[in-house]
Amino acid sequence: MADKIATREAYGNALAELGEKYDFIVFDADLAEATKTITFKKKFPDRHFDCGIAEGNMISVAAGVAATGKIPFVSTFAMFAAGRGFEQVRNSIGYPHLNVKIGATHGGISVGEDGATHQCNEDFATMRSIPGMTVICPADAVEARAVVEAAILHDGPMYMRFGRFAVPTLFDKDTYKFEIGKGVQMADGTDVTIVANGLMVEQALIAKDLLANEGISARVINMATIKPIDTEILVKAAKETGAIVTAEEHSVIGGLGSAVCEALAEVYPVPVKKVGVQDAFGRSGKVPPLLEMYGLTAANIVAKAKEAISMK
Amino acid sequence: MEQAKIAELQKKAIQIRLDILEEVFNAASGHPGGSMSIADVLTYLYFVELRIDPKNPKWEDRDRFVLSKGHTAPGLYAALAERGFFPTEDLKTFRRVDSYLQGHPDMKGVPGVDMSSGSLGLGISTACGMALSGKIYNKDYRVYTALGDGEIAEGQVWEAAMFASHYKLDNLCAFVDFNGLQIDGAITDVMNSTPIDEKFEAFGWHVITINGHDFNEIEKAVEEAKTVKGKPTMILCKTVKGKGVSFMENKAGWHGKAPNAEEYEQAVNELKAQL
Repeated sequence: MADKIATREAYGNALAELGEKYDFIVFDADLAEATKTITFKKKFPDRHFDCGIAEGNMISVAAGVAATGKIPFVSTFAMFAAGRGFEQVRNSIGYPHLNVKIGATHGGISVGEDGATHQCNEDFATMRSIPGMTVICPADAVEARAVVEAAILHDGPMYMRFGRFAVPTLFDKDTYKFEIGKGVQMADGTDVTIVANGLMVEQALIAKDLLANEGISARVINMATIKPIDTEILVKAAKETGAIVTAEEHSVIGGLGSAVCEALAEVYPVPVKKVGVQDAFGRSGKVPPLLEMYGLTAANIVAKAKEAISMK
Repeated sequence: MEQAKIAELQKKAIQIRLDILEEVFNAASGHPGGSMSIADVLTYLYFVELRIDPKNPKWEDRDRFVLSKGHTAPGLYAALAERGFFPTEDLKTFRRVDSYLQGHPDMKGVPGVDMSSGSLGLGISTACGMALSGKIYNKDYRVYTALGDGEIAEGQVWEAAMFASHYKLDNLCAFVDFNGLQIDGAITDVMNSTPIDEKFEAFGWHVITINGHDFNEIEKAVEEAKTVKGKPTMILCKTVKGKGVSFMENKAGWHGKAPNAEEYEQAVNELKAQL
């Protein structure tokens, strides 16, 4: 595996790289150094606009830009885009279905030391509930870059969640093809399927190996797009493996796990166990012990996989 | 402005007020008070000022108007219909379940509506975005927006005011419909936003205070705004809520209430008498 890189870093790099090829502008709310839109700003100072610490205005301003036919990205922490800015995203962007790309960084508890006020574990839930909104959480730098380009080419509002914490690169940048709304099978298996996104994809792959050591064959699906959810790949996994574990750096209420349950319950119900933040706020700390404390680990995926299998 | 032109605009404004009443009466709901107070500004914008083409409502180089006080959609729809964006007969379908004329402006469904609005405080920000885009992409269109005097209690209005000033959006002109009343009563009692002019001046805006029912004053202010460089302009319009109908004037109760049949008839008669 290559050096670790945070998806926020990849986001900033992608904006700077793709800024040469595509016409778009970038807004930030006094967090350019943290969201990494600074990388774009250094290269294209005339196309980067700081809005100050006023996220609601920034989101509606971007809607106004999109209404003139141009493509704006808006960036801030997930907490302030999908939390504070929920109503602006819903009414200024979602309702008129405007072509705004929300690049939200610092999603989940891997924000680390800043603690609960800045650890957004609810953004998939709020953003997913807005009609017409596409919601994506890439797993690594390669996928993050691909998601940014897909966002530019996609006509419609999109919420992208990037992380602060450096993660390993899982995909090959030369061969990986990202498609909105399509899950990617990363390992085949027959006893259970692990559906993960974001930094939990790495844990899912580790869990698959741990399960294999115990004679359990686990399929792994990277589900970067939470909405629209890839029902086809889920139903196939449900039919062929009979049990599902979801793994996400998000509340188990309203996120990937919920989306998977909703999709399967209507078509092909099988046991589903959810690894995620269990209806709790985060707290300050270094990221590895935080992930451990909240059960966002390969070991927990293994335990849940066994539970799901036992429910078949 | 020539007397004949003023008379023509006054006549148009009365027709728009009649349309407003028709809309809210048929819907048995809606917001007549603030629609009537902003009717003259809307008349001036849609029949004199805005560079628009009803046959090509999405024209890229058009001037834009954002009704930040979106609940006064009856006024906007009346102006758009009278200007030819859609049939005036459709106004009577306002707020009906099978109509495209939603309770608050919907840019996806209503020809001529430049931005969906209704949630207060958001419209001025979207207008800022349109103005900024014009600056970035060297477009010479102008952007207008109208806010309620109660609306400016929303914090986002001041975020936007700071933004417009910071980015020197001199292609942006905002009206505040200063009728002094909001749902719960006088703005000075509910949440005192005065002095509005000094607040916007402090935020870096050029502010002009006018009688919002006087076409000469509206014209003079709009023309002055075009000459102001490096800052946005706020036209603070002193207006009368429910303007044109005796029993509605200066009554907070007519903010969001439709007239009954008897009231409707009296209101129509009063307005027709002014023609």
